[in-house]
Amino acid sequence: MKQLTSNPFYKFVLFPIGQILAFILGAGITLSVLVILLAYIFRGSVTNLDLVERTLVILPKVLIDGITIGFVYATIALGYTMVYGVLEFINFSHSEIFMVGGVVGVELLRYLEAQGALASMNQYVVIALAILLGMFIAGSLAVTVERVAYKPLRNAPRLVPLISAIGMSFFLQDAVRLILGLTTGEFNVILPKFGTFDEFQTFNVPGVAAPVQLQNKTILLIGVTIVMLVGLNYLVNGTKIGKAIRAVAQDRPTASLMGINVNFIISITFLIGGALGGAAGVLFALKVTRLDPFVGFFPGLKAFTAAVLGGIGNLTGALLGGLVLGLLESFGASYLGVFTQGAFGAEYKDIFAFAILIAILIFRPSGLLGQTVGQKA
Amino acid sequence: MGKILEVENVHSYYGHIHALKGISLYVEEGEIVSLIGSNGAGKSTTLRTISGLLHPRHGTIKLDGRDITHLEPHLVVAAGVGHVPEGRGIFPKLTVRENLEMGAFTINDPAKNAERMEQVFALFPRLKERIDQYGGTLSGGEQQMLAIGRGLMQHPRILMLDEPSMGLAPVLVELIFDIIQKLNKEGVTILLVEQNAQMALSIAHRGYVLQTGNIVLTDTADKLRQNEMVQKTYLGIE
Repeated sequence: MKQLTSNPFYKFVLFPIGQILAFILGAGITLSVLVILLAYIFRGSVTNLDLVERTLVILPKVLIDGITIGFVYATIALGYTMVYGVLEFINFSHSEIFMVGGVVGVELLRYLEAQGALASMNQYVVIALAILLGMFIAGSLAVTVERVAYKPLRNAPRLVPLISAIGMSFFLQDAVRLILGLTTGEFNVILPKFGTFDEFQTFNVPGVAAPVQLQNKTILLIGVTIVMLVGLNYLVNGTKIGKAIRAVAQDRPTASLMGINVNFIISITFLIGGALGGAAGVLFALKVTRLDPFVGFFPGLKAFTAAVLGGIGNLTGALLGGLVLGLLESFGASYLGVFTQGAFGAEYKDIFAFAILIAILIFRPSGLLGQTVGQKA
Repeated sequence: MGKILEVENVHSYYGHIHALKGISLYVEEGEIVSLIGSNGAGKSTTLRTISGLLHPRHGTIKLDGRDITHLEPHLVVAAGVGHVPEGRGIFPKLTVRENLEMGAFTINDPAKNAERMEQVFALFPRLKERIDQYGGTLSGGEQQMLAIGRGLMQHPRILMLDEPSMGLAPVLVELIFDIIQKLNKEGVTILLVEQNAQMALSIAHRGYVLQTGNIVLTDTADKLRQNEMVQKTYLGIE
């Protein structure tokens, strides 16, 4: 056992993937059992269809939708939680960093389309380019925002940088709207159709009556986010820079006494968080196919909720919170309609997310995995 | 036997509070110099000013003749000042190994770092037993050992220790002071801040007495121990 835990392949590949699977299985099975139980309880009150059967038929799709959006939330939530870890500050402009990443990715695809290159290029090369460019621009932007809007306020009272972040958020929304408006005349950007990402793969899962359908872009989204999460885990736990990030998060003055350049580490943190947000933006754009400068608001707020749910400042918590929130939202949106026979529909899904935020803040402010949050001495 | 550290007429402030009112001191190579004084006299502030955590408004600080007064802390460390802070400053969620690695952050030579880690373990075998434990799970004495070990990882020109005896049982205090003396015999220059003046003066070569931000007395450690004011105020001898 000792040998296994010190094996780098186990520590940096198997363990994080196992953790992700455990979170998905745990949350997915709990929620599935819950809705099936509810379906049995309420089956008598619904006469025109078999509630249990209906519940089971849509279950795979609900799970897949929940996991997909859960990975998006988790990837964005990591940006909130990393910055909170080192600065104890909620970077409310992170949702706009996410939006910029998505817009940059889509704009690259539109540029390639205009050049006539999109159809002839390998679709995986195209999407990889879009993600990398989105990550690069979003990461650089996050570093710049920190330098301009937060660093000068580092010794100010805590509310001041928070307000600066909200201002930055508005500024970025309008800046993107202006740039898009000036260059393209409209500020909705629509993803060009390319490749086979919209096609479905069909899987026959033993024991499930209907075949499970997975869209190619869903597989891509889940695959890419898992690779990024594994990479982040290695970066934070396996490299010198990652250890320095953790040291700065735990005790900033002492970290500087180790010879760690604290400002550099803070910039690196914004770079990593911004790059993750940018990649999430591109993947989100691939999923929803239509973006505008205000599209970051809700995913950003949900991801913030996820970070709080998992325990703000805790990276594993952000991952857990994102997946749990995504699944909860997907279950809520789908089954509320089924159980109430359409009286309440999917539009109530946001209520689930924010009800969770309120409940967590009241009953467990430190989050699922967080420790008791105390003021630092 | 040149002067490693020279502090001249340094004034430091916390906001409007004038914490250091013209401190001058020096440390020669191979010495243990101790700063004694009561709570709030400015002992820790002196160390924080030297390591750049606090920038003085007036005065100069030189390391081996080079002006380091206005450097940021990470550059002061890179220049060769090791600072083991008050309260030890162990990273609670890093393992013992990772804490030690952070101590060698400025050195980019894994082989050298591994060798130095072995030297630290030779000095504190207890740390080797705890190598994969989180820093926060160590006892107070072990944390102090880790803090000193971590300070040694970068082989500083001068090691500044802030209250190494704080919160430790008497037997551990003695152990820590034995190790400080041993390190000094191996050639480490030490600037020691202590409230436990008895212990500090028993191992130091020279000492400075601080009162409300001023140095009121300086002499060899032996002479300070004979001094009536020191005996009365800090050693509890009537």
